[in-house]
Amino acid sequence: MVKRENERIPVSQQAHIVDKPKDLTTIGGTISVQINEKKITVPLGTTILEACQLNQIHIPTLCHHPDLCIAGVCRVCVVDVEGMRTLQTACSFPITSPIKISTSTQMVRKARRHIIDLLLSEHYGECYSCFRNGNCELQNLAKEYGVDNYTFGHVETPRYEVDNSSAAVIRDMNKCVLCKRCVRTCIDLQEVGVLEAINRGHETHVGTFLDKPLADVVCINCGQCINRCPTAALRANDPSDEIWAAIDDPKKHVVIQTAPSPRAAIGEEFGIEPGKSFTGELNTALRRIGFDRVFDTNFTADLTIMEEGTELLTRLKKALVDKDQSVKLPQFTSCSPGWVKYIEHFYPEFLDYLSSAKSPQQMFGALIKTFYAQEAKIDPVDIITVALMPCAAKKFECNRPEMVDSGFKDVDYGLTTREMAKMIREAGIFLPEMPKSQFDDPFGDASGAGLIFGATGGVMEAALRTAYELVTGREVPFKNLIIEPCRGFEGVKQASVKLENCVEQYKFLEGVDLKFVVAHGTANAKIVMEMLKKGELNDVHFVEIMACPGGCLGGGGQPIPTSAEIRAKRAEAIYEEEASLPIRKSHENPHVNYIYEKFLTDGPCGKLSHKLLHTHYTKRGKYIS
Amino acid sequence: MLVLEKNALSEEIESLVNQFGKDRSALLQILQAIQRKHKHISDFAQQEVARMMDIHPVEVNSVISFYAFLYSVPKGRNIVRLCQTISCDMYGKEKIEEAVQRELGISFGETTKDKRITLEYTNCLGMCDQGPAMLVNEKVYTKLDPETAINILNAIK
Ligand code: SF4
Ligand code: SF4
Ligand code: SF4
Ligand code: FES
Ligand code: FES
Repeated sequence: MVKRENERIPVSQQAHIVDKPKDLTTIGGTISVQINEKKITVPLGTTILEACQLNQIHIPTLCHHPDLCIAGVCRVCVVDVEGMRTLQTACSFPITSPIKISTSTQMVRKARRHIIDLLLSEHYGECYSCFRNGNCELQNLAKEYGVDNYTFGHVETPRYEVDNSSAAVIRDMNKCVLCKRCVRTCIDLQEVGVLEAINRGHETHVGTFLDKPLADVVCINCGQCINRCPTAALRANDPSDEIWAAIDDPKKHVVIQTAPSPRAAIGEEFGIEPGKSFTGELNTALRRIGFDRVFDTNFTADLTIMEEGTELLTRLKKALVDKDQSVKLPQFTSCSPGWVKYIEHFYPEFLDYLSSAKSPQQMFGALIKTFYAQEAKIDPVDIITVALMPCAAKKFECNRPEMVDSGFKDVDYGLTTREMAKMIREAGIFLPEMPKSQFDDPFGDASGAGLIFGATGGVMEAALRTAYELVTGREVPFKNLIIEPCRGFEGVKQASVKLENCVEQYKFLEGVDLKFVVAHGTANAKIVMEMLKKGELNDVHFVEIMACPGGCLGGGGQPIPTSAEIRAKRAEAIYEEEASLPIRKSHENPHVNYIYEKFLTDGPCGKLSHKLLHTHYTKRGKYIS
Repeated sequence: MLVLEKNALSEEIESLVNQFGKDRSALLQILQAIQRKHKHISDFAQQEVARMMDIHPVEVNSVISFYAFLYSVPKGRNIVRLCQTISCDMYGKEKIEEAVQRELGISFGETTKDKRITLEYTNCLGMCDQGPAMLVNEKVYTKLDPETAINILNAIK
């Protein structure tokens, strides 16, 4: 729920938030209210909406979202509170006295229908060609309230130009209902601050700074706003038509890599409860669709661990043994392209702290068009690489001009979970009923360490498993390799492991308390960066940051809706799948060792891997001109 | 904008932020002060205000776009706003309208070539019993007839 100190809540709304008492047994801790015919008891300060939800009474909502602060702007949730002159919004009404609530009087129903009619009178609706058709909150409301004619008119032609300047996020304000969920997402949840309401009255629209195209402002492409938009006003840039064309072209060899998070969530697109991975089924489905090879992104996640881990150990050595003052510590992870763009915009002076390792997606792209092309004897010109990602920012990342180290565009298309599900449906396949199959060689199945990259803390956990063992020759001192302090959804996590009895090569780390920090969501990244600025991270060695709340499993390309519970279920699915894998440490992945033997022969952070697997960053700054 | 100008503007905004505070509620006062002095709040000024108040530039932009008296693009040195609401309309706003347009050679919403005057409409100024009313910068003139209106316009620099 909303935190009191969230200063963005308008003063008028702050009064609507009442702290729930810590001890419910004290006098006044709970209150009995009557909702319709039912008497219920709730903690003081519970909103009417929460009380109804707990008691299976349905209240329609639109501007309300469980991840965001209360706004109370759409009025769809109105109910009747006895003794009150007007209808009240359930989402923002805290229960502080024994009131009598009716959720379905004639007045309530009429008001709701009028509100929906008014929303539709401003909405350019063309549902059959709309990407949210069948999963649209506005469409559902219209259906639920039996809207059968446009009482207040309807928009026949689009009024706004669609903004498709961004490689990741497309904005079509003709479908916007001004619920401001995207505004609250971008400002509160992500602290990026790209979107706000511009102008007023009937001219109000959600816009960017000076109404610039999205590509020209500080948008980090996280796509979190897409996941929280109730309509199709925000959507990802969908490359599925181009991918179909490549598949249908017999000359093209189309390969796909799949990341762990989409596999743990794609079932939701087929009506399955969150919390089940469909890795094997997806492999089969992808082959039936026509992909020539199906690879596991976890393979390059394992490579990332080797590269990033080696880089960290090198930095530590330089700092501790060579006393090199110019070495930047802590080292920050660089696998989240939303986070990378965030730091490029907002903390460009700290770019040297970022690991130079590419994200797993981009490493894979570079390897497919070099190593794989060589092994499979295919001209890289004819290879199309697709990446199935939970992420909108990956679309931007694969279009970065520097991502051409193979001599070609390393990754041709970034595809989100939602778009993948659409392609699977289009091919007439019901994913959950597919037989299971394995990934293709030469990359094969990866280790569990790569798999847990999908959840916040996963990169850290995977890195620790490998780094600790490299340095001490023993497994990390945690039961079943589960490094508990890395798990869970706390915004900023801090912990440490002591390095003792180190092997000869790493004697310089003897007795060092390896300190790490894990954060997810760029609002938390901001907290970490401010700590860094103040010198509070001087004794920390490694920091993992993911741009999306919950990590990749909460990515901007994942199935809609999203909430804390859904993300927790997806995390469970990932951890469950990983626990069952035979290999759970990156450095034990035989395919990783094979590639260092056969191809990247000068080892992690060697010359060739620097060319193919590492990158550099751009100081963007936040000023817009 | 020249670097020197930018620096001067930044300094000015900094002193405004010091004066009015960094609280969100100080934003309007700061914007009004900038508007009064520069006749508009430039892109750069908006971003500086945001930086110093630790909010996002788009939030500043949003506030400016909400208020009709705050501009993000330069206007004339003087803003003349004629009341267009019903009482003034009934008192003969139309005649004033015609007279000032003819005198300045521009229509409402436009600025004279020499940047001396921008003509705009406003809604009720609370002077309904003394219409037609007109606001010149921050001063209200009431019970206008075409002649006095033109004299007022000619008196401003
Ligand atoms: S946003 Fe929803 S209501 Fe609007 S056209 Fe798309 S599906 Fe239909
Ligand atoms: S993609 Fe992320 S940064 Fe860009 S507008 Fe949406 S929430 Fe904001
Ligand atoms: S773009 Fe979507 S989330 Fe944002 S205000 Fe419009 S409908 Fe709401
Ligand atoms: S859901 Fe309550 S006002 Fe929008
Ligand atoms: S109508 Fe013009 S001042 Fe009120």
